[in-house]
Amino acid sequence: MKTQNQDIRRTVKQLSLIVLGMCGFVVALVPLYDLFCDITGLNGKTGGPYIYDPASTSPDTSRLIKVSFITNTNAGMTWEFRPEKGAVRVHPGELKEVNFYVRNTSEKVMVGQAIPSLVPVAAAEYFHKTECFCFNQQVLQPGEEMLMPMRFIVGRELPANVQSISLSYALFDITDAIGDVALANTSLR
Amino acid sequence: MSEVIHADHHDDVHHGPAKGMARWLFTTNHKDIGTLYLWFSFAMFLVGGVMALIIRTELFQPGLQFVQPEFFNQMTTNHGLVMVFGAIMPAMVGLANWLIPMQVGAPDMALPRMNNLSFWILPFAFGIMISTLFMDGGGPNFGWTFYAPLSTTYAPDSVTFFIFAVHMMGASSIMGSINIIATILNMRAPGMTLMKMPMFVWTWLITAYLLLAVMPVLAGAVTMMLFDIHFDTSFFNAAGGGDPVMFQHIFWFFGHPEVYIMILPAFGVVSHVIPAFARKSLFGYDSMVYAVASIAFLSFIVWAHHMFTVGMPLAGQLFFMYSTMLIAIPTGVKVFNWTATMWKGSMSFETPMLFAIAFVVLFTIGGFSGLMLAIAPADYQYHDTYFVVAHFHYVLVPGALFSIFSAVYFWFPKWTGRMYNEGMAKAHFWLSFIGVNITFFPQHFSGLAGMPRRIPDYALQFADFNMLSSIGAFIFGFSQLVFLYVLIHGIRSGVPAMARSWDGAKGLEWTLASPAPYHSFTQPPRVSNAEVHG
Repeated sequence: MKTQNQDIRRTVKQLSLIVLGMCGFVVALVPLYDLFCDITGLNGKTGGPYIYDPASTSPDTSRLIKVSFITNTNAGMTWEFRPEKGAVRVHPGELKEVNFYVRNTSEKVMVGQAIPSLVPVAAAEYFHKTECFCFNQQVLQPGEEMLMPMRFIVGRELPANVQSISLSYALFDITDAIGDVALANTSLR
Repeated sequence: MSEVIHADHHDDVHHGPAKGMARWLFTTNHKDIGTLYLWFSFAMFLVGGVMALIIRTELFQPGLQFVQPEFFNQMTTNHGLVMVFGAIMPAMVGLANWLIPMQVGAPDMALPRMNNLSFWILPFAFGIMISTLFMDGGGPNFGWTFYAPLSTTYAPDSVTFFIFAVHMMGASSIMGSINIIATILNMRAPGMTLMKMPMFVWTWLITAYLLLAVMPVLAGAVTMMLFDIHFDTSFFNAAGGGDPVMFQHIFWFFGHPEVYIMILPAFGVVSHVIPAFARKSLFGYDSMVYAVASIAFLSFIVWAHHMFTVGMPLAGQLFFMYSTMLIAIPTGVKVFNWTATMWKGSMSFETPMLFAIAFVVLFTIGGFSGLMLAIAPADYQYHDTYFVVAHFHYVLVPGALFSIFSAVYFWFPKWTGRMYNEGMAKAHFWLSFIGVNITFFPQHFSGLAGMPRRIPDYALQFADFNMLSSIGAFIFGFSQLVFLYVLIHGIRSGVPAMARSWDGAKGLEWTLASPAPYHSFTQPPRVSNAEVHG
């Protein structure tokens, strides 16, 4: 009987380790998911600020890629938000600037944050932004309007079957959440 | 050693069940706890059933007649949660409690006090969850899958209670699983090797490992929700750099093994009932064990087939499509083996067998619609339609639930010492069988024609199928009162049962008297070859 109790105790310890291990696994899932998406670009998120070196990159004039811009505001966000141009055509390797117009239509100071998403996802890792309003948050006074620049280069390594790219920005109202300083410092892209 | 045995024996004389409520509150006896689990799950089955009937009443005709859409959403959500976590899972755990110690020749579960705790958590968990329906703003209304941000940003205030209820259910399941594995691995009678274990014990061993692996993942998902709601984190909030799609990945990494948690013990039950009434031993015992193990393994790598439409790359869709289809192979092995067991058997058709045969046929239909849903390009049309509703109800109702009915009728004489009324039980079977098919078969057609799930109102062309479905639901729902009658009548005034209540039944539990004594196998039994592979 005594040995059986010891056996049971050992089994319970081993099984508890499995449970603890799975708890650790689910905590690790979050950074793993981000890492996986970073490497593969699977969730359509584009990368952070890109260092552009004009000397080493020359435009590939044999190809012309259509880049379309889509803007929308999330539920509860009252700002006006639109791209200056709906679409542009660029050569891979060519630096291009597009402005986005934004206006706070409300009566109070608000903070906005734009979140990009790109299709096809296969193009996400070749879409480089040297400057983007989505790298920062925007604080707008009541009625204030702003032109926000976004500069980008489509990498020359873009897969040959990609002829057009759609870049969407969703604008979120984060006025309430911004009280949290930690949020402001996270590396939002 | 002889002293110890003597002391045990001395205890037994005075140590029957305690009197009154104390017996049920403080019991550490596996049979009592099994009974508690089974009655609790039956109560939850009726609660979830009433919710289903509210849904079907509203859907009887197009337009809004009886309930508001907000309440309708709470009904679909709570129906799913109550049935999955309150009815099917506790019923399977109840069967495990009653049967595993008797089938492996052990005196009780390995950890009897923890066993009591894991049961008594459940009524509180469900008390909390159902009480949210009466709170300001209503209960959970975001579907049983509680996708973020519906369950975070847009959730009613009561979502916090829901989160804690899920935590409690998870704790209960984890403790129950540890107990079951510890019992099976350490307390088998001498001579019962792993490959001589009864199939029900095998399926529960594997199920318990699945539970241990995925319940922490569920707990993690709801904890992240809790943080997003109350502590301003952004796990699932895109505005803060999180990703709502990640919720779906984490949820289904739990959710897909969860559906096998509900069906694997059902496979075990059917693997006992069919041999008993075909009067042959189970065909292909070894392949049954390996099939269950491979289904359990595959269940971890197919989760994204629930989310083909979130925008996955082609390679991902192909991987999840093929790995899902692979599950059809071990499942096909099992269906083949059950059929082969019946082949040239001396079959008789008592109620447990009727439910088991209906299980094999109707579960296979659910499996085929699952294969259709696994085809990624076709899934774009079926996704979130009534076709999906028809599919998972076919595997859960005539699948998991029918196997529970089958088990209850099969082991009823062993538990109570009395036989149930066969005529009334057959009425229960036929009403359930007809009711289930009238309810869920038309939903395949309305789904293929494009009727979305989780809506209180629908386009006119779906009216006939929905009316049919509602009629079937009421037949099925009210026939469960027949079941309740059969149980109570059998317990009170059934004919006394023999130890081996069915002449074809094999296994250690049938060597015990009926009803099984309160303390059984205090001395390990000798495992004879005649009783293995029951």
